[in-house]
Amino acid sequence: MEQIGILEGRERQVLEKKSGVAQADIACDTTSLSGSVSQRACVFCGSRVVLYPVADAIHLVHGPIGCAAYTWDIRGAVSSGPELHRLSFSTDLQEMDVVYGGEKKLYRSLIELIDQYQPKAAFIYSTCIVGLIGDDIDAVCKKVAKETGIPVLPVHSEGFKGTKKDGYKAACLALMKLIGTGSTDGISKYSINILGEFNLAGEAWIIREYYEKMGIEVVATMTGDGRIDAVRRAHGASLNVVQCSGSMTWLAKEMEEKYGIPYIRVSYFGIEDMSKSLYDVAVHFPDRPEIMEAAKRIVSEEVKTLYPSLQKFKKALQGKKAAIYVGGAFKTFSLIKALRSIGMSVVLAGSQTGNKDDYARLKEMCDEGTVIVDDSNPVELSKFILEKEADLLIGGVKERPIAFKLGVAFCDHNHERKIPLAGFIGMYNFALEVYQSVMSPVWQFAPRKGGSL
Amino acid sequence: MKHEHAKAATQNACKLCNPLGACLAFRGIENCVPFLHGSQGCATYIRRYLISHYKEPIDIASSNFNEETAVFGGSHNLKLGLKNVSDQYKPEVIGVATTCLSETIGDDVPGILREYKKEFKNGSPMPIIIHASTPSYQGSHIDGFHAAVHATVKALAEKAVKQRMINLFPNMVSPADLRHLKEIFVDFGMPVMVLPDYSQTMDGGPWGEYHRIPPGGTPAIAIASAASAMASIEFGSTIEASKSAAEHLDVMFGIPAYRMPLPIGIKGSDKFFSLLETVTGAKRAEKYEDERRRLVDAYADGHKYVFEKKVIIYGEEDLVIAMTAFLREIGMVPVLCASGGKSGLLKKRIAELVPDMDELGINVRDGVDFVDIEEESKILQPDFLIGNSKGFTMSKKNSIPLLRLGFPIHDRFGGQRMHHLGYRGTLELFDRIVNTVIEQRQNASSIGYTYM
Repeated sequence: MEQIGILEGRERQVLEKKSGVAQADIACDTTSLSGSVSQRACVFCGSRVVLYPVADAIHLVHGPIGCAAYTWDIRGAVSSGPELHRLSFSTDLQEMDVVYGGEKKLYRSLIELIDQYQPKAAFIYSTCIVGLIGDDIDAVCKKVAKETGIPVLPVHSEGFKGTKKDGYKAACLALMKLIGTGSTDGISKYSINILGEFNLAGEAWIIREYYEKMGIEVVATMTGDGRIDAVRRAHGASLNVVQCSGSMTWLAKEMEEKYGIPYIRVSYFGIEDMSKSLYDVAVHFPDRPEIMEAAKRIVSEEVKTLYPSLQKFKKALQGKKAAIYVGGAFKTFSLIKALRSIGMSVVLAGSQTGNKDDYARLKEMCDEGTVIVDDSNPVELSKFILEKEADLLIGGVKERPIAFKLGVAFCDHNHERKIPLAGFIGMYNFALEVYQSVMSPVWQFAPRKGGSL
Repeated sequence: MKHEHAKAATQNACKLCNPLGACLAFRGIENCVPFLHGSQGCATYIRRYLISHYKEPIDIASSNFNEETAVFGGSHNLKLGLKNVSDQYKPEVIGVATTCLSETIGDDVPGILREYKKEFKNGSPMPIIIHASTPSYQGSHIDGFHAAVHATVKALAEKAVKQRMINLFPNMVSPADLRHLKEIFVDFGMPVMVLPDYSQTMDGGPWGEYHRIPPGGTPAIAIASAASAMASIEFGSTIEASKSAAEHLDVMFGIPAYRMPLPIGIKGSDKFFSLLETVTGAKRAEKYEDERRRLVDAYADGHKYVFEKKVIIYGEEDLVIAMTAFLREIGMVPVLCASGGKSGLLKKRIAELVPDMDELGINVRDGVDFVDIEEESKILQPDFLIGNSKGFTMSKKNSIPLLRLGFPIHDRFGGQRMHHLGYRGTLELFDRIVNTVIEQRQNASSIGYTYM
């Protein structure tokens, strides 16, 4: 087979763990190399994914049609009520708008959409060319907010102005403007916000139920099954629990500074991390020991039913090898543990947006010889999947066809998923999905397993 | 019709952006990497969108604009990107399409490419670099598709001794359609240059090792010979002459251009096969007579199910036009023919194929989105919708069945393997349409008929 090299300029973003030798930290937090076919998206994407699940607001994309068209109903973020988030709105800028400016069209679009859909708020995303033609979207938003009486929030997400992480921040800035504008009357002392939980396939509901069983009030989930009014009173919670740390740690820090709300980082994937995320919240409320007792009871009950049901999968999957390439690094930690609990090892672990600390921790967790990558691309991923003889790849939509072409099983751990993978039930679903793909008899026909080309 | 008051915002768009079409078209050239000159997001979103339909890896490179690039121009990033793609993918061709960003800052892409070639002339073999201008604030994905095909022919076609060969510009059709078209040419004993040909790159077999670029596609050398063909056939009803590859070859090299609507329906397919008989001088193979006979027979068997059924058809203008003519030949009434595209020719072209369209109550609207279509549907009360997956939102909301065809098919399996063209494709469509009606009837009845 032809040798595949790593691109010049990317060598420091790839590392194979070796003990006993000094290894430099992995390079990360950089923009993608031109021409490298990154799996990343852009600033706009970062903002859009964070705010997407807010279901009673309209999300208007200010720019040419593509950005809105490609993000229409793109995520599996479900709502228990309104579903405005599943519609796609664009100012659909044309050449004349580019020449003469798009402010008027933006204004007319907003007035028209707010009148038509009666949302609780509006988010206006600026895309690449808005940053170039100099539309003053802040001024338009201010004017429309005044005229309509609802919050109209600009999200400065011009695609080229940084990476996806900058988009997360722009979205959090918009949320920060809402937080603190609602009444905190009646909020319990034993209350939390869940940050970075997007209610994919109803995951936020599963998690919320655990906390509620513990006697904890969940004030706002940001942004899964999100509501503007809940976000507005989020500053009344006693603790912020951050699940997707990449996207929401910034918001948690801001809220800590402004409202004195402490935060913890958690993960809801896998038995170990799921349990810990209940205990860590309980620890925060020592004056009410019932909370910890309830947490222990939940974990014990859930594990009692879950554990035996996993054994079938573990038996079948023992010794199989997995590759992980996902958006945030924090998720990889949980996935490594979850995979180990069903007998699998990890030969490749990487993320689009991990930071230095994430990669240091990842390296610590990984087995000898595991390849760690930041902001990887299809060529590299394939090279390592084949070299390390992975049986499974965990990733998103863009990684899926790479796995299937090479005859490798795949688990969709992405924004589109329709099956909840968080919580205890999510661990079962995860193990089931991995099992169903890895153990499928179809791979016998794949060339790498001896099938003909 | 009451649509004098145009909406300001586009809601649930019935179109995609220009660069998407270009990326797909470039995928139909052998050993070619599509390259978007703009932000990283454009490439990633388009890859994701195409993957969800074709279920194939599609690597699209990006020049990854950052703030300095936007201020000082994209020259440095474009050159670095081209070099990196050349090193990592070893392509024979790189198809560079612009985005709204690079177009708005006014990058002189041809100039940058000339500099690049000069600067790297002593490096590794220089890929052929094709440039298509595809600003997202103009037109829609279909314009980008044609722009890429046009730019490719313009860049590669070279005058040479006439050959017994035909150029086929098939438009944005499915990989299955492309395979079918190539088979027809084989059966006519006529060599063909199909551009683009993503029949294998976007619907191929398993790999034993990773391919940087999937096998398949039309080789650059074959495209070069387009200027020595006997004729060009181009499917499409709304392609402007200045953007037509067939027209370019006609004007520059005197290659006769035969431009016709997508061959859907018996009349449309007859026209295509007759044209092939004329230009090749050969008679169609018996198997196509058989296919036609089976189709005529199926029309007879199924006609009662579909007669005067009202449908809304939407999608790219060329597809809508050809589908409208087909629906009329089976007695259906497309009460609304809609497209997010806006060539200005939609109504005119439909009228040419269906002269009694006004009497039949056929409405035509271009430049619409799915909220417009939904509003019309409330008045027009169609029996079902025909179009791509994106109509599902309104289909579900209004309980109107949806028959899926074209691109994208994101909520069903096998969209890339669906036929639409020729007698074979028409029969497949007809079967599906009849079954949509039967299923509707069966489900609506409480009796549970087992013969329908």
